Amino acid sequence: MPRIIVCVKQALDVTELRVDSATRLIIAAGASRKISDFDKNALEEAIRLKEKQGGEVVVVTVSPEDAAMTSRETLAIGADKAYLVNDPSFEKSDTLVTSYILSEVIKKLGEFDLILCGEASVDSYSAQVGPRLAERLGIPQITYVRKLSLDGNVVTGERSLEDCYETVRAKTPVLLTVTGEINEPRIPSLMAIMKASKKEIVKWNMRDLSIPEEKIGVKGSAIQVTEVLAPKVERRKIVMKGETVEEVAEELAKALIEEGVIGR
Amino acid sequence: MGEPKGVWVFSENKDLTLELLGKGNELADKLQTELAAVLLGQNVENQANELIGFGADRVYMVDNPQFKNLHAESYVSALTSLAKQYEPDVLLIGSTKRGKEVASRVATRLETGCVPDCTHLSIDENKRLLMGRMVYGGNAVATHFSCAKPQIATVPPRAFEKLEYKERKGEIIKVDVELEQPRTEVVEVKEIEAAKVKIEEAKVVVAGGRGVEKKEDFKILDELAEVLGGQVAYTRPLCEDRKWFTDWVGLSGNKIKPALYIGCGISGVIQHVAGIRDSQIIVAINKDPEAPIFEVADYMIEGDLYEIVPALSAALKKLLKIS
Repeated sequence: MPRIIVCVKQALDVTELRVDSATRLIIAAGASRKISDFDKNALEEAIRLKEKQGGEVVVVTVSPEDAAMTSRETLAIGADKAYLVNDPSFEKSDTLVTSYILSEVIKKLGEFDLILCGEASVDSYSAQVGPRLAERLGIPQITYVRKLSLDGNVVTGERSLEDCYETVRAKTPVLLTVTGEINEPRIPSLMAIMKASKKEIVKWNMRDLSIPEEKIGVKGSAIQVTEVLAPKVERRKIVMKGETVEEVAEELAKALIEEGVIGR
Repeated sequence: MGEPKGVWVFSENKDLTLELLGKGNELADKLQTELAAVLLGQNVENQANELIGFGADRVYMVDNPQFKNLHAESYVSALTSLAKQYEPDVLLIGSTKRGKEVASRVATRLETGCVPDCTHLSIDENKRLLMGRMVYGGNAVATHFSCAKPQIATVPPRAFEKLEYKERKGEIIKVDVELEQPRTEVVEVKEIEAAKVKIEEAKVVVAGGRGVEKKEDFKILDELAEVLGGQVAYTRPLCEDRKWFTDWVGLSGNKIKPALYIGCGISGVIQHVAGIRDSQIIVAINKDPEAPIFEVADYMIEGDLYEIVPALSAALKKLLKIS
């Protein structure tokens, strides 16, 4: 029976970010945290596999901030066990480091058949941690999967690429990243939420991992951020006027012709 | 070992390779170094000269039938060996989905960083590559640099312009690289039926949002698009919630930069705006004066799209003398 590891990120809810209009700085304080959207699809897919074939679904979350709410929610959705690896020293880690921490955690968890990740996180959207993690663990990977099946030790995934759907097969253990198309994640019932409180969250920090400090956080990261600013808005905001709809439409039509942006 | 040198570009997509050469040329000039293209494929020698014509000083070419299947492992092992052997300072990789996977894996093997989907690239006073990309669902542009070499960035299609083709001299270096055997097997490829013109390539885009009440009502947008010589596009709710269409414009869908974008009945949530922000002219038509799309519009009409869109088609037909 398959043992499936799902990597879940606690992400910023980007719809709640605000911008300081004078400085163009992003104000993240007060924005809530949530399970990154595609990671929910990954978890849902793992649970569906388990419902068909049995086995175990284990969630791993690595975060510089406390993410117990996220771990608890994954258990309510249907994971059997959650590992929450939380240490403030993870702050400012890039994908090189995040994939390293995840790989060290997963090596401690023993054998597995599949690792599922979302195709990208909803806040930073880099799509790198999944591919990097598979590299570090030395296992095959199938990215951007919109359909998935597991038959014994053979995984088949249909990838959603720009110009084609590519069906790819590999032998377990395999890492897959999934798209939002793959399923509709369930919303946990009240009963499931209550039952989840009995499931186990294993909490680890740096002391539980044999990772040298210089390999994490800013020190371990290759990529440094110099600034994060809201993009400049330099639009003209010209209001089209006229007595009638026809006049307004004609004014706009004239303006567009004058701009020289008409395709024909 | 000397200082890393050279700006390298690679994409499995030819158009994108030429765009990378366009930007790479500027970066290589600033760094006073050479520009090289990595060409991986089967029987690709004739393409090498073309890459030189579009700006490459050098082409590192690996000719191998194993590239035929577009397996990531083949690209990853070739790029990693070449980079270890020649030590480029900068590596730009085309941000297709395949390219992003390849870039992440190469960066991991070379123990370096990678900044994906860069739309801003420049060289700072310390000769570092500054890499800017959209983050937080389009709310912000983050600028990064890499402390490790090569400095790897992936670059989306149409972010930069290709150079004019010129007859130039350049060096073609054929390299024999041992390619890794893929551990995945491609069993089927289904082409996705391409629209007449891909929405990302359309010069004019007429987009409809939740203000369009019925799927059939898109015929008025279709007509406007036809008059303008453009394409119709949709927002995510029309695809994901109403299931009318499959392909949307926005941060999680297609990012477009047409000469003209006309948003009809689109409120302009930040995720949608992130996908249209680079349009040359943005026109917004919306009943709600508070709609956020008006904040990013050049021309705006507050009103009912069911009246304005047909009137606009009529006015354009009259002025452009289209019968």
